[in-house]
Amino acid sequence: MRRGLIVLSCGVHLALACSVWVVRPDALLNGYFAIDSLGLIFLTITSLLFFGAAVYTAAYLAGQKERTEHSAAYGELFSVEATFSGCLLLLLSTMTTVMVSQHLAVLWVAIEATTLASAPLIYFHRTKRSLEATWKYLLICSVGIALALLGIFFLAVANMNNSGDLVLAKMLENAGRMNMPWLKVAFLLLFVGYGTKMGLAPFHTWLPDAHSEAPSVVSALLSGALLNCAFLGILRIYQICLASGLGQYCREIFIVFGLLSVLFAAIFILGQADYKRMLAYSSVEHMGILSLGLGLGQTAVFGALINMLGHSLTKAGLFFVAGNILSYCKTKKISDIHGLIMAPTQVTGILWFLGFLLITGTPPSGIFLGKFIILKEALFQGNYLIALIFLSALAIVFIGMARIFISMTQGLPAENLSNTPSAQKTVWLTAPSAVFFAVVIIIGIYFPPWLTHILSSAAKELGGF
Amino acid sequence: MNSWIDLIIILIVLMNLMMLSSSRITTCIRIAAFQGVLIALMPIMAGYHSMTTGVVISSLVSIILKGVVFPSLLFRAQREANIRKEVEPIGGYPLSLLAGVAMFLISCWLSSRLPYARPLFSEMVVPVSFATFFTGVFIIVSRMKALTQVLGYLVLESGIYLFGAALLVEQSFLVELAILLDIFVAVFVMGIAIFHISREFDNIDTQNLSELKDWVVSK
Repeated sequence: MRRGLIVLSCGVHLALACSVWVVRPDALLNGYFAIDSLGLIFLTITSLLFFGAAVYTAAYLAGQKERTEHSAAYGELFSVEATFSGCLLLLLSTMTTVMVSQHLAVLWVAIEATTLASAPLIYFHRTKRSLEATWKYLLICSVGIALALLGIFFLAVANMNNSGDLVLAKMLENAGRMNMPWLKVAFLLLFVGYGTKMGLAPFHTWLPDAHSEAPSVVSALLSGALLNCAFLGILRIYQICLASGLGQYCREIFIVFGLLSVLFAAIFILGQADYKRMLAYSSVEHMGILSLGLGLGQTAVFGALINMLGHSLTKAGLFFVAGNILSYCKTKKISDIHGLIMAPTQVTGILWFLGFLLITGTPPSGIFLGKFIILKEALFQGNYLIALIFLSALAIVFIGMARIFISMTQGLPAENLSNTPSAQKTVWLTAPSAVFFAVVIIIGIYFPPWLTHILSSAAKELGGF
Repeated sequence: MNSWIDLIIILIVLMNLMMLSSSRITTCIRIAAFQGVLIALMPIMAGYHSMTTGVVISSLVSIILKGVVFPSLLFRAQREANIRKEVEPIGGYPLSLLAGVAMFLISCWLSSRLPYARPLFSEMVVPVSFATFFTGVFIIVSRMKALTQVLGYLVLESGIYLFGAALLVEQSFLVELAILLDIFVAVFVMGIAIFHISREFDNIDTQNLSELKDWVVSK
């Protein structure tokens, strides 16, 4: 019943999100809530991910329940499941608020709310380790977001000459009359604040812990949707800075932190012993790529948006598969897992390896397209140093991840597979990843004109094309 | 009116220093609550934006939250976690106090570099709001107990609120309430987390929370 409800709500959400593509709703409440191209892209990604996650969750919880049905812990599991479902839907609604709010203070409220709604989700397993991850997540993100609140106040001061309302459209109109020093500090504070939540190095320290200890569905949503929410927060303030002529100042910051994140991630992926942490660092890498694309400007903005789309879908799919691996092998250690591609776990093994190829940007992955456009733009602008750092970091990531994925999928399987899955039960645990991967491949091969249209109109709002 | 505001601002600075030097968690909770109430009074005292009902109500809500709800939540967490030991700053109390003074001086320097569009109701209010903010950050970083870290978060939040009150900020009433609601839920969720930490580890030293890291040396 409860599981059906999750799937139903996420399905309805997806249907509504799709309907927005056909008919754009008008702005609500003095323009506090409205949806533009940028918001629509983020909303669609989030909605897709949540629908996939809902299907996966339903199958996952059913499996969990079966296993503990006769144990004494049943009563507790039941209430844990209720909390989980509630928080999942709360997270969906807060994220939707992030996507549609045009008032920057409301946006802040919604982003903080996503932190609070997702904290109980990370603590789902009720272990010491997950508690530690939850505490770090809560504290680091709350402090980061408090910085962003200070940034919002600075922004309000910068905007004092105008009507004083923090609605995006009005601020863009009057951007020329902003008070520059205040706006600069506001941008810095908001960048660091939301950057903490987005997982840009060196503010990413909560991210690997939370992603590795949360249940895999939650990791998928954190990585594919929550990080994007924070990114949207940064994009909104960037829009204002662009309109008031601070574009160059922001772009330099984007490039520095983007490269730093990609490098950090590359180093930590190389020696990683835990495959969920490895995926988490790969998210840091991709957030770095987004920031870099934004910083390079021009066509790279378009590339960054494609990369974001590809990353959200692929990473969510990979986390779903990681969840399956975890439930078969009962370990997160890379060195204990071999031969996933062999008989009982064949589907999982194939998806796991496919996901690796897609996330590292092997053609025909959509991510390849994104990375390629960003690299081309860097070369076109003559930023050879940036291109070199970017490429070598990508190469390190590829080598590091190849080592991990190959040793996990190839070889002889460990004998102690605790519960070999029956094909019938795992259909709903693998279908979401398979669909997501298929979409990413399709994007890499054929880019439908309506998608190009909306991505380029969003890129135009962000100073690219 | 102005001398009253100056008095409050001086009290807020003293409370920052008291927070840094007091060894009892109970005292710290009380100081944070009192400081929060004083800061919540600021928009009314300043009488800046002609007293609209919105300003009064949001001040009242924030007084109730910071003066009554948060302390009782934290006292409860303290009782349930059964905290006997004291605050335990890393580096000791004299160093904390010194850091407090240093942060105040840095705040004065920082705020003197910002261009103000219109005169403030008190010269000291912006530096003090920064100093309160930094004090909060310092408490989070330098204290070992989960509960004290939440206190640090509250102080930090108070600093931001004071800054907002000092420089305007005519947010619409609903937005302000939404921000307060967020902070309330944050403290509430952290309180629950503290309860779980104390149950799992028998105490709330965050040094116990050190299992997750990279580069684990394989045994």
